Amino acid sequence: METALGGIRVLELCSMVAGPFCTKIMSDMGAEVLKVESPETGDEARRRGPYAGDVPHPERSGLYFYLNTNKLGITLDYRTAEGSKILKELVKGYDVIVEDNPPGVLSDLSLGYETLVESHPALIMTSITPFGQTGPYRDYKAYPLNCIHSSGEGYVTPSGTLFRDRPPVKLGKFAGEYEVGTYSALATLVALYYKGFTGMGQHIDISKQEALTISCLFDHLPYTMVGMTVSRLMPRVPETGVVPCKDGHVMCVSFEQTFWERIKQLMGEPEWTREGWYDDQDKRREHAAEVRKRLEEWASARTKKELHEGALEEGVALSPFLTPGEILQSELLKSRGFFTEITHPQMGKVTCATAPYHLSRTPWRCERTAPMLGEHNEEIYCRRLGYDKQELAKLAGLGVI
Amino acid sequence: MEALSNLRYLEFGEMIVGPWAGLMLALFGAEVIKIESGFRLDMTRRAGVTAEGGRVAAYIPGQPIPEGMLTDTPVFNWVNLNKKGITLNLGTSEGVELAKRLIAISDVMVETYRPGAMDRLGLGYTDATKLKPDIIYVSSSAVGYNSTGLEAKQLGYGPLFRALGGLGYLTGYPDGPPGEGLGRDDVLAGTMISTAVLMALIYKQKTGQGQFIDFSAREGISFLIGDSFMEPVLNNRDPVRQGNRDEVMAPHNCYRCLDEGMDRWISIAIGTDDEWSAFCNAIGNPEWSKDGRFGDAPGRWQNQEELDKLIEVWTIDHSDREAMEILQGAGVAAVPSFSIDELWGDPHLAQRGIFDVVDHPVLGAQPLIKSPCRLSVTPPNIKSHGTMLGQYNEWVYGELLGLSRREIEDLVEKGVVY
Repeated sequence: METALGGIRVLELCSMVAGPFCTKIMSDMGAEVLKVESPETGDEARRRGPYAGDVPHPERSGLYFYLNTNKLGITLDYRTAEGSKILKELVKGYDVIVEDNPPGVLSDLSLGYETLVESHPALIMTSITPFGQTGPYRDYKAYPLNCIHSSGEGYVTPSGTLFRDRPPVKLGKFAGEYEVGTYSALATLVALYYKGFTGMGQHIDISKQEALTISCLFDHLPYTMVGMTVSRLMPRVPETGVVPCKDGHVMCVSFEQTFWERIKQLMGEPEWTREGWYDDQDKRREHAAEVRKRLEEWASARTKKELHEGALEEGVALSPFLTPGEILQSELLKSRGFFTEITHPQMGKVTCATAPYHLSRTPWRCERTAPMLGEHNEEIYCRRLGYDKQELAKLAGLGVI
Repeated sequence: MEALSNLRYLEFGEMIVGPWAGLMLALFGAEVIKIESGFRLDMTRRAGVTAEGGRVAAYIPGQPIPEGMLTDTPVFNWVNLNKKGITLNLGTSEGVELAKRLIAISDVMVETYRPGAMDRLGLGYTDATKLKPDIIYVSSSAVGYNSTGLEAKQLGYGPLFRALGGLGYLTGYPDGPPGEGLGRDDVLAGTMISTAVLMALIYKQKTGQGQFIDFSAREGISFLIGDSFMEPVLNNRDPVRQGNRDEVMAPHNCYRCLDEGMDRWISIAIGTDDEWSAFCNAIGNPEWSKDGRFGDAPGRWQNQEELDKLIEVWTIDHSDREAMEILQGAGVAAVPSFSIDELWGDPHLAQRGIFDVVDHPVLGAQPLIKSPCRLSVTPPNIKSHGTMLGQYNEWVYGELLGLSRREIEDLVEKGVVY
């Protein structure tokens, strides 16, 4: 099948979510991504659930499975002298390296961009770290939790909370890391496009903190405009927002008067909406608690589905909070091919998400499932680099691969 | 030379999603021509005030702009940097003809109207390929271009994508409501569109062929939680909101700091036994830290609620920055849950140079944050303030399409350019 990124070769030196998601975005669209994992343990994501059938096993992790579709996988400990030599040789055949080592680690192994570029001037290297390659925090340690809180997004989450004594929280699951992966892919694709015209490579410095804080656009603006610091204790849409209903919650927004008019219609214009104050956006805000109470009364007798269907009919800006399980049931998503089924040797048939962009000539496709640990060692070391099987066994014995 | 300087890109659509996609590429030198309506102002242009901050009559789409109302806002400025804005009335046949002439000389176009609206105007993908056979054409909407039935009526606002896409359900306290989002989801959908455009551009570079891209914003949000579908798929149960908790690490939370009423917190995450002993040393090895229950990772995870309370006894005596310095000094992942004002005063971000200021002729100095995509050879550049209403009419219609001053005046007169 025709792919958008066919012919582009990417070497991945990453673990967990952000880096692997960046290269997954490319492998799913046809780039050949070779994932390099440490020989003993492999990617940390292999030790994360959910496991197929709740059986913990490095080849049964749902997280690893999802993030590594369409990639080849080898094992290599490039921190050893022999391993570092092999990596240098390997790099020659690749257009891009995506890596997530702490700043300086690759340079200390003579594998930094400045060294590799000498023999490979067209190389693109994307380095993903919590705080970037420079600056006073560059060596600070941060897990995904710390990264999301470093960006300002944690501080405002959960937005509008009534629990004044509770801490700020992160975005759900690994969403922040996916965001970082998305910006990393964007940057890498820009560099690939430029290279297509000029043959020139470059180094890309992605700071997770920066990639996460840029999307706090609507929290930065009140500060730059009027010096206001947004807090999770302030409701953003006080009179509507998150509204509980019979079987969960719905989100309802009312940015402008027209939005309210339609909500009113959907509710069947009850008596109270005819009172003097309701029709003015500012006055509704003043009476926010009262408006909310009425909305909640109305919603509490209805299910998410009922409310959503009514909203779609009337053009009301209201949608249900769906669980992943509910989303999987969506007929529309199925018909659009947002979910697909992949057969994995250990896990069997597994449904998984594809991508939100549907390219007519070069659609998302799955050519191979996530690699087993070291699955492509022979293919890469023997067929591509010309090692024979004895040498391979020797390197394995030394713990290099 | 900038990375995308050979690219002409047409932007049809308002609010954040489409414009953010254009911004991401305009910062790398793409020539983004933004087509706006003077009849139905972009919602982010409706300042509702005069330059002096005075109130004006409510703006009603289709009615004249209230006397003195600003049509520039800080948000519009930010999202529309480096772009060339024109006004064009697509409700007139002459307006549509002008749009066609622009399509004929463009590489990429992105539209975010309701699915089908562009087709009805004669500006759909098939029409566009007749004008420019290798065009890359993006149609972005809430639930996708070819959607049918009731769901196709879904309105496209960020807070709704977050709810529909599943991220809302997964964000927040386990015993609290799901988390709302305001604007972040639009921004991310825009970023995803820009990656899709680049994929198509790379394909075109190789083959000379353009294509149609159907983007769904609610799928974009589900894309950010892709692994969360694994739990229902593999084990037939839904994941739940976890606050700050992690599946295996503990401690893994935010802890209250000395704050003098400022609501300050530090996030601490411990992944290994080494980090745990480093942490205990850094906080002075209190008696409780020797408790056998906290001796290994499973024990710490089992007893994390109790552990959280004990840790807070230490953090509450330190400011968030002090706690960060002490713990990072010991090799422990500890970072404040920074508020926005802390970030704008942060020495690390300042030294990294992420802040910029652009001068806007009406709004004055506008502080901004630069693109996080730091390319060494072709860095992103902010070259001009957010485009003003019709600012590039003369340039686009005159220089680019070769219309005479007289012809342009005529178009203005007829309400085609307005």
